Amino acid sequence: MRRRTRIDRNPLVDALVDALAPDRVDDRPLARHLFARDASVITGGHTGVVCHPTTAAEVQACVRIARTFARAVVARGSGTGLAGGAVPCDEPVVVVTTKMNRIIDIDIANRVAWVEPGVVNLDLTRALVPHGFHFAPDPSSQQSCSIGGNVANNSGGPHCLAYGVTSAHVLAVEVVLADASIVMLGDVAAEPIGYDLRGVFVGSEGTMGIATRIAVRLTPNPPAVRTLLLDFVTVRDAAAAVSGIIAAGVVPAAIEMMDAAITRAVEQYVGAGYPIDAAAVLLVEIDGLPGGVAVESAIVERVGRENNARTIRVAANEAERALLWKGRKTAFGAIARIKPNYYLHDTVIPRTKLVEVLEQVYEIAARHDLLVMNVFHAGDGNLHPLLVYDAREPGIIQRVHEAGAEIVAVSLAAGGVLSGEHGVGLEKRKFMTKQFSADDLDHQNRARRAFDPDNVMNPGKVLPSGASCGDVQHLDSMPEGAWV
Amino acid sequence: MGLTRSLADFADEVGGADAGPVCVRGGATQWDIGGAPDHGVREVVAPSGIVAFQPAEMTVRVGAGTTVDALHDSLAVERQTTALAGERGATVGGVIAVGRNGPRSLRHGPMRDVLLQARYVSAEGRLVTAGGPTVKNVTGFDLCRLLVGSLGTLGLLGDVILRTRPLPETQVWLGGHADPWALLDRLYRPGCVLWDGHTTWVQLEGYVDDVAAQTAVCRAAGLVVGTEPPLLPVHRHAGRPVDTTTFAARHPEAGGFIAEIGVGVVHTARPMTRPPSPIEVAALHRRLRIEFDPTARLNPGRDPLAV
Repeated sequence: MRRRTRIDRNPLVDALVDALAPDRVDDRPLARHLFARDASVITGGHTGVVCHPTTAAEVQACVRIARTFARAVVARGSGTGLAGGAVPCDEPVVVVTTKMNRIIDIDIANRVAWVEPGVVNLDLTRALVPHGFHFAPDPSSQQSCSIGGNVANNSGGPHCLAYGVTSAHVLAVEVVLADASIVMLGDVAAEPIGYDLRGVFVGSEGTMGIATRIAVRLTPNPPAVRTLLLDFVTVRDAAAAVSGIIAAGVVPAAIEMMDAAITRAVEQYVGAGYPIDAAAVLLVEIDGLPGGVAVESAIVERVGRENNARTIRVAANEAERALLWKGRKTAFGAIARIKPNYYLHDTVIPRTKLVEVLEQVYEIAARHDLLVMNVFHAGDGNLHPLLVYDAREPGIIQRVHEAGAEIVAVSLAAGGVLSGEHGVGLEKRKFMTKQFSADDLDHQNRARRAFDPDNVMNPGKVLPSGASCGDVQHLDSMPEGAWV
Repeated sequence: MGLTRSLADFADEVGGADAGPVCVRGGATQWDIGGAPDHGVREVVAPSGIVAFQPAEMTVRVGAGTTVDALHDSLAVERQTTALAGERGATVGGVIAVGRNGPRSLRHGPMRDVLLQARYVSAEGRLVTAGGPTVKNVTGFDLCRLLVGSLGTLGLLGDVILRTRPLPETQVWLGGHADPWALLDRLYRPGCVLWDGHTTWVQLEGYVDDVAAQTAVCRAAGLVVGTEPPLLPVHRHAGRPVDTTTFAARHPEAGGFIAEIGVGVVHTARPMTRPPSPIEVAALHRRLRIEFDPTARLNPGRDPLAV
């Protein structure tokens, strides 16, 4: 990096350079531009200066210096977030944790691993392969997203149906608070006493502090796994099969659904052998001991047939299983072949209401003359309606907005919630009052305030009452390589 | 079905700041944990009853004053249950407010993860909703986690939505002399592995064929089917899972003990002391409690850091 004399520097940058290193503090226009966005559609962020700390002490220094210069602090991992949680407002100090990427310790006896926040999700699971364990949260971005980001967003993934989202897999987090002090929330020991500070920190989207070290629970690999692909001639039948499987008392490791448009796009993209004439396919995975896998697979097949499944294919080996999953996990790369832009929601509905809500989603899209695709975590009712469009078409952005708001409304009316795994960030703040009362939001704000009384950690995120993020615009184009 | 009284009625009884200190009474089975409420404080009782059990959704909405036994009896009709555990008479709200895990957390995870939504009465007498009704939800800050183990100091639980799970097809206890750690390594998700320093007990649950196969593993290691552990000692110590191996040598003051292998909870005959919490953690507790209860009227005398 080019070294500059102190004369053309500002004092904030000088102080950060002194605390970190010249090549790990960057306020050049390109860096400020790059770090003004995440993987969401949101543009208009303004970065002050970008810092790449390598230790918790350096994170503390970043926070302390930011406070001295009356700047806010925005933590950022790999930048794969889909709700604008890492989009900086009002020129804050952006603290990027990607250089804190060591797996500190893998402790099989205690079934825990200590990692730095910048460790990539899939890298941890790869490191655990020889031990027969894995890290259960598996967002589709797992090749890129950081575990610190998973903690901030309480991220999910297909296998969270049986295993739970990130919160269930985080035992303790070392956090730098807004006053630059450092504190350990939670404990590797069983049953930490007191308020579950760990629990409220997970999913707080950077508003309560910056994680500098994380203890994650290790999950033993199941002895048996069976992956089934069921295809249907109507979306309604597929959705009814999902509800039927859960109602039969089976909680598979994963139940993913893809409708016709996305199935065709994926098949052209990866050639996983998906039936391109199906109205919908279900990817169901059962794991556990062999007896239960056999019993539950039989139930899934029976419920599938009762709901008019046309074919049921069982992955014959690990290679076929991997190919089926590759199709699902690269679904969003396939969409670029259809339209240049897409916008998606992340609502959750009761899984017994999948049929009716999906029908409403298609009706809303049709009424706004939009193409909608559905590829989502059907087993836990986590919809990802994806509105695909070309931003160059006049008036289309307005229609995408209106359709999105209606999809949120029908999800909430069905007894659902705004977000299942992407978080609120900037994107869904405006909908928070539709799910929560003023008293509910007041209490959420009290929790935030206990951690950050002066509102300097990622201000303006999550809660609608937060400071507004001046110039933020929604619905530009989706950056390349985004995942859902 | 339905609550014995409305949440609004409960909120009215709790009242606002001018109604003075108030404590909530459940089954009083864990009344002294974290300190009993101050003497003479007005007691209230949370609504009880099952509001909505949706077996196909695997969730149940239940009044906080409902006993865990009554809840589980209702769920068992559809062959479901929850991770809540308590003595006879313990209430749903009480077990959540105290936050201790049941004896199957090795297999089913900690109790805190089953709370999907809570409606509670705030110190201002307002009804507040934390979390949401669906099995997956990351909307807003996760206040449900804060309520678990809060001893009613942040709000008084009115009703909750819990995640249910299927009851196992079968279950079995085995006991005998075997290395509990070797068994833990060889078994896949046993219900629990208990050890008193001499004898090991294992509980297995699941599908018939799987339990039979895992039973064979236990028997080969020297355990005998049908041997149940004695009643667990009443006091409790919590450490890392591996710490249970050397617990007896490090804690002779515990008297007899039974350890949950792979979990780290040790049930002890005599009360154990805990090291004080770090000052930064204690400071966060103070700030949270003041934010949620500025006049210190909710369950005065109870301290989540003093359990």
